[in-house]
Formats: sequence, structure tokens, C-alpha cells
Amino acid sequence: MNMIENTTGRKIRILVGKPGLDCHDRACVVLCQAFRDAGMEVIYTGPYQPPERIAETAIEEDVDVIALSLLDGRHMTHFPRQMEVLKERNAADICVVGGGRIPEKDKPLLEKMGITGNYGAGTPLNVIVDHIIERVKKERGI
Amino acid sequence: MGKGSRKFSERKAEFRTLSGLPVNRTYTQEDMKGFDYSKDVGSPGEYPHVRGIHPTMYRGRIWTMRQLSGFGVPEETKERIRFLTEQGQTAPSLIFDAPTRWGYDSDHPMAKGAVGRVGAPIDTLKDLEDMLEGVPLEDIHFTESTIAVIVLSMLVAIADKRGVPIKTLKGTVQNDILKEYSGPSMYIFPPDHSMRIVTDVIRFCCEEMPLFNPISISCTTLREAGANAIQELGFWMAHSIAYMESCIDAGLDPDDFAPKLTSFFGCHHDFFEEVAKFRAARRMWAKTMKERFGARNPKSLALKFHVQTSGSALTTQQPLNNITRGTLEVLAGVLGGAQSIALSCYDEGLGIPTEESVVTALRTQQIIAYECGVTNTVDPLGGSYFVENLTNRIEEEAMKYVERIDEMGGAVEAIKNGFIQKEINRQLYEDQEAIDKGERIIVGVNRYEVEESSAVEIFEISSDVEKNQKEKLESIRRERNDVAVEKALREIRDTAEGNGNLVPPTIDAVKAYASVGQICDVLRDIFGTYKSPRLL
Repeated sequence: MNMIENTTGRKIRILVGKPGLDCHDRACVVLCQAFRDAGMEVIYTGPYQPPERIAETAIEEDVDVIALSLLDGRHMTHFPRQMEVLKERNAADICVVGGGRIPEKDKPLLEKMGITGNYGAGTPLNVIVDHIIERVKKERGI
Repeated sequence: MGKGSRKFSERKAEFRTLSGLPVNRTYTQEDMKGFDYSKDVGSPGEYPHVRGIHPTMYRGRIWTMRQLSGFGVPEETKERIRFLTEQGQTAPSLIFDAPTRWGYDSDHPMAKGAVGRVGAPIDTLKDLEDMLEGVPLEDIHFTESTIAVIVLSMLVAIADKRGVPIKTLKGTVQNDILKEYSGPSMYIFPPDHSMRIVTDVIRFCCEEMPLFNPISISCTTLREAGANAIQELGFWMAHSIAYMESCIDAGLDPDDFAPKLTSFFGCHHDFFEEVAKFRAARRMWAKTMKERFGARNPKSLALKFHVQTSGSALTTQQPLNNITRGTLEVLAGVLGGAQSIALSCYDEGLGIPTEESVVTALRTQQIIAYECGVTNTVDPLGGSYFVENLTNRIEEEAMKYVERIDEMGGAVEAIKNGFIQKEINRQLYEDQEAIDKGERIIVGVNRYEVEESSAVEIFEISSDVEKNQKEKLESIRRERNDVAVEKALREIRDTAEGNGNLVPPTIDAVKAYASVGQICDVLRDIFGTYKSPRLL
């Protein structure tokens, strides 16, 4: 049993997704490894996924969290769409966290939709990992 | 080297370059044992070209300054090109938006929200005509690999319309698909089919466009994906060898096409390592062309390359600091003997560069070219014990990658089995860990941080771009001759199924205003699509 299972009751399954056509996926690659090192079970969709496919994979893989990353400025198109699709498929219980090149002014809008984190470049990996653990704990009522 | 007495103690237990090579306290003649100047380095303009490919280098001609342009509707990109030309940019460099590069038209569902975002949209020839209106065609760099065959065809079509003989066109189309499989995975077709398209473009240019560079082997992209300098050089050489072999298999003589191959490197924080990398690259190229491929034409042995300073070396924190980073990186490119340079602007971590930031980038290049005197002599760092030693070591380490990839059966195999991707991902994570642990200092990120006010202006793309672009495409669809379009697309299909060169039928198709999406759909139908092996 690792640290995460100790603190959150059971393991965390997380899907790292990159909706749309943004090719900048080095953050995703790094995050996958960081989440794995933290003891999470990680699924990476790779870049260039429509939100529908991200939702499908998330449901199939029964994940607790979807982490979305975009650096091409299209987060206000794809992140809300991702939330809609999850709702349509009765999967709104999956936590969604975001990150990438997100201007300050967009962060409250995303928070309001339930997309938290929204970290930018230069954020230490442990800050992101801790945020996800806290979010899951809250979701699980711990 | 011992740590010395307490009086001369050092800050760290060991010093290393960014790619991990140990660095001694000092370098002396002792580090140059067996070094033979005329054989290992040679004079500028002479084999193995370590000191530069021309005897006079920047005393003869300053490098080409080309900043990357592309955003909004084509007319906005045209405006940016005009603006930069007025500011003294030597030649334009264009980049298209993600849907275009994926071979989707602006009204494709996947294009939603992406039109004009990280480049300019090109749906049909009309868009490139509008973008290049009033722009000389003679020396344009197209940063385009997935649809290089279409972009080249559009350039030829515009030249034909203007009455400019294509034999006179210089310029470059990137046309380097291997690095897309190795790095950011922006590709449409399976690797073998993509290699055929690359080779068709090279072959067409060999026959019809003697001054044009039909490929720019661009491992800067791998650098941006996380590779270090040694990996960048090793994978670049392995990719170059794959292209050479593909052209030879297609019946071309190395001396006919090797002089037309250009390369494209990144430039990162470690100043001397970058200088050494560029110098080593020239020697690796010269030796490989001569010894491996038996090239005899002196031009085949001389590596021409473009440098783009690293985007991933920029920080979003305290963005003005990036001007200093860019200055050092351009200087490394100049001391490394680059033929052309683009400087990533200080605000690129935040958005599309503003006019102010792109002019600052250009001015940085101009100051280095004309004010600080580094262009007065060729390869001023040549003969430095440290730099020559580092040049040798980088070459040795990079060639180890080439050997490993050779053993796997070449770069295409090393991509299919995921070797290159895994190596890059491993390096990327190690570097991030070093930053997180504070072992590597990034000013403003993990040291000397400040509370930031977002004082820097961020460039906003007009929200009408997508709507305008879709309307334009619709009107072209109404006006064009559908019979001619269908005929041209059928010709592409027949050629793709056979062995003919894809460029001529693609020229006919773009002239008939077939869209990028239509042409790619035909090719997708014949070649299929591809998903890289799962690597994480």
C-alpha cells in the first residue's frame, strides 16, 4: 500500500488527456511520470484527442481524475466541452483538473465549471500532485 | 581534478554541461593529445568544416535573420511579414495553424477553436496567395512537414501565376517528417508512406528547382520535446542518414541532392555546449557524407543550418529575462557558424509574439551582427582547449546514438520500436526533476522568484478568424470548377497507388483550388493513418 492509498483510502487512477490539436505535450509526458512516481495509476491518451474520446477512455478505464493540458490557447473551447461531454455520459463525478498556458482571467471561469488547479509552466511537480490528492480526498469525503 | 585546498574549494562537487558531460576546472594542452589541426578541424571553408562552411563566414555575409510568422487570417500574417521586412528582417519564415498541418480544412470538426491560433490557416491556394501578396517568392522558409508536398505545390503554382521561373526560387520547405514521429507526433500517414512523400519532394526539387532546399532536417523539434544537445545531434544524424538512404534507393546520386539538404537546430541555455554542438555537427556531416555515402562534391560535405533559439528555455515568469536568454543563445548560434537564425521572442510562453517582442528579437540579432564585433573574425572560439575538447566529446557521444540506431536498422525502425521517443521522454523527466530539486537553477522559476503582476501585454487572436476563414472556404467551393478538382484528385489517387512523383498532380490540384483537406483525405484513403507505439 503506498502513500496515496494510505491517505485517500484506495489508489488514484488518473487519465492525462490533451484535447484538440495542440502538439505541445512535454508537460503531459513529465506529469505522467510524476503521477506514477507518486503511486497513481496513469493512463495517457496522447495528444490530438477529441473530448468525446477522452471521456470514453476515462469511463472505460474507470478513472478518478482527468488531467487536461493545453498550451495552444484553446482551453476555453475544449475544457468546457470536456465537462459537457462528461455530464452527457453521466460521468460528472470524475474530477477534472487543468493546466497549461492559462491566463489569470480565465482561471475563475474554469474553477466555476469545476476545473481546478490550472497551473502554468514552472509549477513544481509536487504542487500539482498534492493538489490532485487533496481534490480526490475531498471528493471521497476524507 | 582534486577539490584543492579549502581556500580554493569549489561550489559544487562536480560541474557538468546541460547534457551531462563532465567539465574540468581548466583545459590545457594536455587535453589536446593527438589533436591534429588540419585533419580534425581545418581552415574555415575546408573539410571537415568544423570552423565554418565558408572561408569568410560573416565577414562576407551576415546570417539570414528570419523570425517565424503565422497567425490569424492570411492577411494578418502578410501584415506581420511586411512589418518585419521594414524592420530589417532578411527573409520570411512561415508557420501554419494546427488544422492545416493535420490536413483538415477550417470547417472540419477537429479544427474548432484552432483556426489561426498557432499559425495561419491555409485551406486552398487562395490563402497562400493572399498571405504572399506583394511578398517576393525568392527566399521563403515554410515550417511545414506533414503537408510539405502541398505547400511546395502551392509555391510552384503561385510562381507560375506570377511568371516567376521556379528554377530561380531559393527558400526551404521543412519536409522533415521523421522528427514528428520521434518528437511531438504531428503526422498523418504511416512512416514508410511519409518517407515516400519526403523523397518525392526532394526528387522533384532536384529535377526542377536547383536552388530550392527541399528539406530542413529539424531536430530542434526533438530538443523542444525534451532531448539534450547530444541526443539532438545523434538523432539528427540518424534521421539525415535515413533520408540519404531513401533518396539513394529512389535512384538519386548523393552528390546531386546532398548539397540541397539543410538542417535546423535548437539552441539552449548551455552556451559552450551549444557552440561545440554546432561545430561537431559540421564535422559529423562532412565525415558521414564523405565516408559513408562517398560524396565528392565539396558542397555535399558542407552542412548548412538554421538555428531557432529554444522556446522551452524561455520562462513565463519574469518574461523580460528571456531577452537575455535569447541574446546568449543567438550568440552561441553565431559563434557556432549558423547560416540563418530565428530568435524565440520573450513573450512566447504567454502567446503569439507581439510586434514589440518580435522587433526586440530582431534587434537582438542586429546588435550581435553589427555592434559587438563577434562577426569580425571566423570561428573565434576555434583552438580553445575547452571548446575543441567539448566539440570532440559531443561528436563521440552523438555518434554512439547513430551506431545504436544503425544496429536497430536505422531511424525509421528506431521510431517504430519507440527507442528515440523513450530516450527523449527519459531525458525530459530527468531535467524536470533536476529543476524541481533545485539542482538546476532557472532564474525566476526556482531561484529569485518574485510576486508577479501580469504587466506584459498578451497578444489576442481575433475571435472572427474562424468564421471568416470558413466563409472564405465556402465561397471558394462555390466558385471553383468541381470537374477540374475531381480530375486532379483522381490523378493524385492514381499516382499515390503507383510509384510516380506526387508533386506534379498536387500542383494541378492546388491550381484547381482543391483544399488541403481534400488532398489529404485522398492520401489518407490510400496510405492510411498511423498511431505511434504506446510509450508511457
